[in-house]
Amino acid sequence: MKVLVPIKRVIDANVKVRVKADNTGVETANVKMAMNPFCEIAVEEAVRLKEAGTASEVIVVSAGAAQAQETLRTGLAMGADRGILIQCDSDPEPLAVAKLLKAVVEKEGPELVILGKQAVDNDNNQTGQMLAALLGWPQGTFISKVEKTDGSFAITREVDGGLEKLEIKAPAVVTTDLRLNEPRYASLPNIMKAKKKPIDTMTPADLGVDVSPRLTVVSVTEPPARKAGVKVASVAELVDKLRNEAKVI
Amino acid sequence: MVSYTAPLDDIRFLLYDLLDYEGQVAGLPGCEEASRELVDAVLEEGAKFCENELLPLNRSGDEEGCAFENGVVRTPKGFKELYEAFCEAGWNGLSLNPDYGGQGLPKTLQFVMTELICSSNISFGMYPGLTHGACNALELHGSDDQKQTFLPNMIHGRWSGTMCLTEPHCGTDLGLIRTKAEPVGEGKYKITGTKIFISAGEHDMSENIVHLVLAKLPDAPEGSKGISLFIVPKFLVKEDGSPGARNGVACGSIEHKMGIKASSTCVMNFDEAEGYLVGEPHSGMAKMFTMMNVARLDVGIQGLGLAETAYQSAAAYAKERLQGRSLAGPQQPDRPADPIIVHPDVRKNLLTMRALNEGARALALWVAIAVDVAEKHPDDARRQEADDLVALMTPIIKSFFTDAGFEVTNIGMQVFGGHGYIREHGMEQLVRDARIAQIYEGANGIQALDLVGRKLGQNMGRLLRRFFHPVQDYIEEGMTKPELAEFVAPLAKSLSRLQQATLWIGQQGLKDPEEAGAAATDYLNLFAYTALAYLWCRMAEASLANLEGDRAEFHEAKLATARFFFQRLLPKSSGHFSAIMAGKAPLMEMKEAAF
Repeated sequence: MKVLVPIKRVIDANVKVRVKADNTGVETANVKMAMNPFCEIAVEEAVRLKEAGTASEVIVVSAGAAQAQETLRTGLAMGADRGILIQCDSDPEPLAVAKLLKAVVEKEGPELVILGKQAVDNDNNQTGQMLAALLGWPQGTFISKVEKTDGSFAITREVDGGLEKLEIKAPAVVTTDLRLNEPRYASLPNIMKAKKKPIDTMTPADLGVDVSPRLTVVSVTEPPARKAGVKVASVAELVDKLRNEAKVI
Repeated sequence: MVSYTAPLDDIRFLLYDLLDYEGQVAGLPGCEEASRELVDAVLEEGAKFCENELLPLNRSGDEEGCAFENGVVRTPKGFKELYEAFCEAGWNGLSLNPDYGGQGLPKTLQFVMTELICSSNISFGMYPGLTHGACNALELHGSDDQKQTFLPNMIHGRWSGTMCLTEPHCGTDLGLIRTKAEPVGEGKYKITGTKIFISAGEHDMSENIVHLVLAKLPDAPEGSKGISLFIVPKFLVKEDGSPGARNGVACGSIEHKMGIKASSTCVMNFDEAEGYLVGEPHSGMAKMFTMMNVARLDVGIQGLGLAETAYQSAAAYAKERLQGRSLAGPQQPDRPADPIIVHPDVRKNLLTMRALNEGARALALWVAIAVDVAEKHPDDARRQEADDLVALMTPIIKSFFTDAGFEVTNIGMQVFGGHGYIREHGMEQLVRDARIAQIYEGANGIQALDLVGRKLGQNMGRLLRRFFHPVQDYIEEGMTKPELAEFVAPLAKSLSRLQQATLWIGQQGLKDPEEAGAAATDYLNLFAYTALAYLWCRMAEASLANLEGDRAEFHEAKLATARFFFQRLLPKSSGHFSAIMAGKAPLMEMKEAAF
């Protein structure tokens, strides 16, 4: 079984994000970048499937700037076999990424696609679902467990108030939640081996996909600073404030 | 909790913008794979491992310390698992020989990783650090058979290493050792004696411990010329290469120390333990020195590592701690007080820390690259040149960096005030952990004697020229660049004073060795300030050229720190110069009985 893992290069989760002075977006120049944490979990799961003998090959794919190659190398150092870079001039939107991934899936023929449930930069939470819809494949989102059974996958989803266990037919798209696994550190020998693993580079045009943006960003601003709280003297005052000031009861 | 993020920005600036890592190291035979891309990937992952795994166990390790019971040492909670993860990830063999399972990456990278490890958890770093030193010695001096038996397991970390030199009655003067080695045939020896202060001598993290032990053969000449080096494993190695019967070496007790409490410091008793001679008889001292020279550079880096954590923590605290108002009037009127960073004195503290750290890091990596060149360059002359520079700078790095490490961690505690003195924030631990580095691996006073007594005169001053000539050339060229004047002028002044002091010591020392001894420590410090000035000048030049680029903020800060160094720190070297020129009289005049 081939497993395809789409990954995204994002601002490192530990960096304090700053809005650009002209409010067109967030500052990314000279900011530490890293693999989206949910994508790390996806790579880890694929590598574990390979180590368990369930998967035969793990392919990491990323759509973005040329530097996304570094992120692919990280995936290769974790244990993926090869990488595909779809080089885009600007950050493609989720639907464009889903279309690109559909083309890659049709080319590579994986039985399972594992994505992060969302990327920590835009928190879109869309690409996996869109990809499944475009492919007409079953999807399992926010999973905390996945097991291959005969011709299908037994998955556990994290839903409000509990866990949902489902069986979905292969081939399928799944997206990872936090508790699926704890990603490993790449070992030094694997970092060195990753350098020699192949990365194919292609463009959206090679895949016949139009990635021009469909959304317009009007403005990006910092959230308003939190105001200091007040102490209330009595329950009555609290209820009054909730009712008349906050208008929540 | 201390704040620490690996300073990869600064490291990359030094490697790529300042020291031409790619031209100097990546092109050396055996380093072809260590491209910039690979170095970046290794450093990123190494930084992640140190920040997320080593650092969280730093304070708990200090609080818990090592425990000794019935001859067994238990390391603090989590250390064993951490060590296993560290070895499995391959960090133990980073720069060691690929023929025996190492990764064979450049030593330069090892220097960087050592700094990161020491910043995060120096006590933990002691265990792989000692193994690393033992591997170096075995690789250089061991027989093929010995290398095959021990190196693969040691490079992996499955087996750890120690160096057993010190005995109860001798540390600095190893010629006095009493540990005996009796030949029993078949290349085996029975080792008997007591060694003390043995770091990582006994612990529960590796399946075997390989001691490198200095001992004397029955026919040994007196003094340091009669010392031989032996391998003494904790468990004898079976035919199949696995650890077998327990050897006659045991831990008698562990020390209760001021700092590095999670590192076990052991009394090791050898009772007719089976040992194997490394190299020729009576050649142990020279062999131990190959281990010690590496270890001395490592100890210097320990000072830098701790100082970096102290700086980062203090800087973060100074920006958060609201207390009093700026002397120039309230800076943050909407808050109850201004952060203490508004005060000139607090800024002086922070900048002192930063200027010393960044200067030391630049000097360390400059020398680190020379270590790689000395080892791997195809041209004999280039190798010799680089080796000379390393030999010259080793006592300076060991002594100055560890003195600075203590000073900087201490200033860090000062910035925290009372909150630095209590244990909760981890600042006093940094001070305690830093203190030992001034003492072990040759006390700093001994380093100064090494510089003045051995290195200055070596090969008619050839070592000195490896520093003086490039700096002189740099100054001459720098004089033609007006934008560099504010940096080059004080560097030139510092260098000329250093040369003057060198000449003075040369002349006086020939007549009276005590004169050289009296000048040694101040001379080492004057030398260190000049070396730092050279590197700060080069850093300022590199940053001036990049002020328009997209990393302007980084380079502006670099320049501001450079100006602080030249205007507020370098003048301290004048004091050292005056002290040298005062000669030995003020030290030797008082009668011994009056002390």
